[in-house]
Amino acid sequence: MAELSSNFLYAAFILYLIATFLFGGSIKDKRGAEEKKQNKWAKLGIMITILGFASQIGYFNTRWIAAGHAPVSNLFEFTTFFGMMLVGAFILIYFLYKLPALGLFALPIALLIIAYASMFPTEISPLIPALQSDWLHIHVTTAAAGQSILAISFIAAIIYLVKSVDQSQSSKRTFWLEIIMYTLVSTIGFVIITSTFAAMDYKANFDWVDKHDELAKQEFNLPALVGPHEGELTDTERFEPLVNMPAIINAKKLNTVIWSMGIGLVLYGLIRLISRKRVAALIKPIVKNVNLNLLDEISYRSVLIGFPIFTLGALIFAMIWAQVAWTRFWGWDPKEVWALVTWLFYAAFLHLRMSKGWQGEKSAWLAVIGFAIMIFNLIFVNLVIAGLHSYA
Amino acid sequence: MNEVKCDCGHVNPFGTKICSKCGMVLGNEKENKLIDMRYEGSARRSQTYKKTIIDKIWNFFSSVKVGVTLIVIALVASAIGTILPQEMYIPSTATPAEHYELEYGWFGKVYYELGFHNLYSSWWYLIIIGMLGISLLIASIDRFFPLYRSLKKQGVTRHDGFMKRQRIYGVTKLDEQDIDLEDVKKRLKKQRYHIREESGNILAEKGRFSRWGPYVNHIGLIIFLIGALLRSVPGMYIDKVLWLREGETKEIPGTNGEYYLQNNGFTLEVYDKENKEDEQYSAAIDKTGTIAKTYQSDVTLYEAQRETIPGEKVDLNKLKDFKIKVNEPLKHDHYALYQVDYKLDELSTMAFNLINKKTEENYGSLKVDLNNPQKKYELNKGYSVDLISYFPDFEFDEKGQPRTISKIPNNPAFIFKMYTPDKPDGEVSFVAIKETVEPLGENTYKMAFNGVETKDVTALTVRKDLTLWILFTGGIIFMVGVVQGSYWNHRRIWIKRKNEEILISGHTNKNWHGIKRDIKHAIESTSLCEPSDQLEEEKSSTKGEVLNG
Repeated sequence: MAELSSNFLYAAFILYLIATFLFGGSIKDKRGAEEKKQNKWAKLGIMITILGFASQIGYFNTRWIAAGHAPVSNLFEFTTFFGMMLVGAFILIYFLYKLPALGLFALPIALLIIAYASMFPTEISPLIPALQSDWLHIHVTTAAAGQSILAISFIAAIIYLVKSVDQSQSSKRTFWLEIIMYTLVSTIGFVIITSTFAAMDYKANFDWVDKHDELAKQEFNLPALVGPHEGELTDTERFEPLVNMPAIINAKKLNTVIWSMGIGLVLYGLIRLISRKRVAALIKPIVKNVNLNLLDEISYRSVLIGFPIFTLGALIFAMIWAQVAWTRFWGWDPKEVWALVTWLFYAAFLHLRMSKGWQGEKSAWLAVIGFAIMIFNLIFVNLVIAGLHSYA
Repeated sequence: MNEVKCDCGHVNPFGTKICSKCGMVLGNEKENKLIDMRYEGSARRSQTYKKTIIDKIWNFFSSVKVGVTLIVIALVASAIGTILPQEMYIPSTATPAEHYELEYGWFGKVYYELGFHNLYSSWWYLIIIGMLGISLLIASIDRFFPLYRSLKKQGVTRHDGFMKRQRIYGVTKLDEQDIDLEDVKKRLKKQRYHIREESGNILAEKGRFSRWGPYVNHIGLIIFLIGALLRSVPGMYIDKVLWLREGETKEIPGTNGEYYLQNNGFTLEVYDKENKEDEQYSAAIDKTGTIAKTYQSDVTLYEAQRETIPGEKVDLNKLKDFKIKVNEPLKHDHYALYQVDYKLDELSTMAFNLINKKTEENYGSLKVDLNNPQKKYELNKGYSVDLISYFPDFEFDEKGQPRTISKIPNNPAFIFKMYTPDKPDGEVSFVAIKETVEPLGENTYKMAFNGVETKDVTALTVRKDLTLWILFTGGIIFMVGVVQGSYWNHRRIWIKRKNEEILISGHTNKNWHGIKRDIKHAIESTSLCEPSDQLEEEKSSTKGEVLNG
C-alpha cells in the first residue's frame, strides 16, 4: 500500500509537469490569449491538472490507509499536502477566472513545494499521544486549504509584478523581484543538491562539543563546508570543513542553507549570463497578454476566499484542539504565534485595500510578503525555532 | 450643526458627501471623475467633528490607518516573542536570569533584560491589544450607523452626476426606438437581484447584508477579547496540577474539597515493531528510537459528602470510573482533568529485616511506606523498631547533617532505633541506600535491606475555564461575520431613463468581475450598450495597453 501510494505521488508530479507545459502552450497560442474563451491547450492543461490532482488524492488516501492516520503528521506529509491543496485552490480559482497564465505559475510552484517536501524523511511515522485525535485531520486540512488559497493570491501577485515592473532600468522593484526569482531558484538548488548526495549515500560523521560542553555526534549528508563546534571528522575521505561554527549555531542546517543558496546562485548566474537579462525580464513576454486588473482582482479575491478558511483552520480549530490536547486553547507556542502573525498580516492587507492607493502593485507586494510569512512558518518555525509543533 | 438639504429635497445630516436619496454629490467632491463610494459618502462622526479632545480621541481610534498600524505593531511584537523561547518553555529548574545568557549569549541577556522572555503578558503588549480592541469598537460604531442609515434611505432615481461618476457606466442612445426593460428586470431577478422601480427607473440590488459582515466580525472579536479579559476575574479560571500515585486518593485542588480522585493505575505504552498493528512504523521506530503510544491514567472520581466537620475523615461518594488519556480529558461539572505528565517507578515502600550482624539470624521484617511511614514497628516478640527520623530525599548539608531536599522519596534515608531483649535501651542506626552508619558506636543488630516496591505517578492538570463559552461565541460570531463579508458582495445596478437615453451604472463593494458578468447577462437580449469600466479605460488610455479582460 505504501508503495502504491508513492507511485500515485510520482504520477501526480509528472502530470503537473506536463500540465505546466500545456499551459505554456496555451499562452503562446494567440487565439487563446486574446479571446476570453479558452483554447485547446488550456483545456487540455486543466484536464491534466485535474488528473494529477486526482492521482495525488490517490496518494493521500492510500497513505492514510497504510499509516492508519491522516498523512499530515510530519514535514514531508504536511508539505506535500500543502502542494496538493495549492493545486486544488488553483483549480478552483481557474474555474472562476479561466486564466491559463495562472496555471503556468501555480503548477511550477506546487511542483517545487512537492519536490522540497520529498527531501525530508518519508517513512510513515506513528502518532504520538498528543496527535491522536480527529482534530489532526480537521485542523491540518482546513489550515492547509486556507493557506493554499492565500498562496494563489501570491501567484497572481507574481504574475502582476512580472508584467507591471518596468524592466528597462534597474530599481528597487526589479531588485526585489529578482530576490523572489533567486529564492525560487535556490529551492531548486536545494532539491538538486540534496537528492544528488542522497543518491550517492553521502555520510560524514562528526564528533563535536555542544553548547552544554558535552560530546555529541552528528551526521552530515552534504559535504560540510561549515562544521560543528570543535568538530572532528570521524570518516575518512570526506570533505574537511572550511570553518567550524560556534556551539550555538546548528552547523548542519546552516551547511544545507549555504549549499542551497550557493547552487541557487550558480543556476541564477547561469541564467543571467546566457540570457543577458533579469530572470523576471526573461519571463515577462510570457505574461504580456494578461490583464493587470484581472490579476489584481484574482489576488484580492483569493485573500477574501482564503482568509475565513485560514481563520477557521489555523486559529479556531487549532484552539479547540489545543484546549483538548494541551489543556489550554492558546499557549504562545511559536507555531501558534506565527499563525496569529499570518492572520494579523492578512487582516492588515484587507484593511489596507479599503484605502486608496493600496490596490494593484502595492497590493501585489503585500501578497508576496504574506506568502513569505506562511513559508517562514512552515519551514523556519518547524526546523529552527523548536516548539510543540516541531516535526523534524 | 446645520443639516444639508439636497436639491431633491432630501435632508441629510451635516457632513454628508453624497445625498443618500438621489446620490447628488454635495460638497467639494464634484471635481473628481469618479466618486468615492466608501460608506456611501455618509456623514461619519470622525470626518465631521474635529474640535474637542473627545473628538480627537474618537477620530484617532476610528481611523483605519491607526487600526492597521496597531495590527502591524502587534504583529511585529508577537513575532519578536518567538525569537527565543518564552519563560514558560524554559526548563522549570533554570533561573531565567542565568538561563538566557547561558544558552544564547549576549543576545539572550539583552532579550531577557528587555523583558521579551515574558513578552505576551507584558504591560505594553496588553496595551497594544487593548488599543486594538478600542479601535475595533470605535471604528465600527463610526461607520456602521451612518452606512446603515444611508443604505436604508437610498432612492431609486439617481442624479446624473452620481451615475456617470460610477466606475461602471454606460449610455445607450434610443434613436426613437424604445427598449423594453421588462426582460432586463426578469433577468436581473433571476440573478437574485432585488428590484425597486420609480417612474421607469430601476435599482437592482443584491447582497446588501454582506456590508454588515465587517461589523459582525468586529463584534465577534470584541466578545473574544472580553472573554480573554474575564479570565483574570477570580473563580472564572483555575489551573492546577495534581500529582497522584497509583492507589492514592487525593482532593482535587481548586475544587474546594468538593471532589476527590483516585489513581487506579498508570500505563505508558510505546510503539512496538514486533507488534502486528505497529509494523508499518518499523522504519520510523528504527530511526527515532522509542515512540510513545499512550499515556493513560485509570481513575475514579469521588464527590465528598457535604457538611463534613473540618479535620474529620470525609465520606466519599463514587461518581465514575474513567480512563484519562492525552486528548481525552475527564470532564465533570466545569472541571476538566488532563493527562500532562508522569513519573515511572517512584519508590513506594522499602522493606528491612532486623538481623544479628554476626549470626545473621532474622528477628522479623518491616515495610516502610515511604509516603506515610509509621513511627513504630513491632517485630517478633520482644523486638521492635522506632523510626526516629525519615528523609525522603536525603543529602548531607554543608555541615554534614542529613536533610531532605523534597518530600518525594527519590533517595530515602532513615534513622532507626532497634529495641531487642539484650539491648533494651536500643541501638541507633542510620540507613540510606547502600550506606549504613552507626553514629553512637558499634551495634549488635542491623536493619538489612529487603527490597523495594515502586509505583507510577501520574500528573494531571485540573482546569476550570468559565470563559470558554464566551470565547467560543466570539469565535463563531467572527466566523459568521467574516464569511458574510467575504463570500457575498453588495452589488447595485442603476438604470435610468432620461429623454432619449438610457443610463446604466453599477457599483459593487468588491469583485468587479462579478458585477460586469451580471450586467452582461442582464442586457444580453436587448440592444443596450454594455457599460464600461471607467477605471480600466483610464488606465489603458494612460498606458496605451491592449486590454482583453
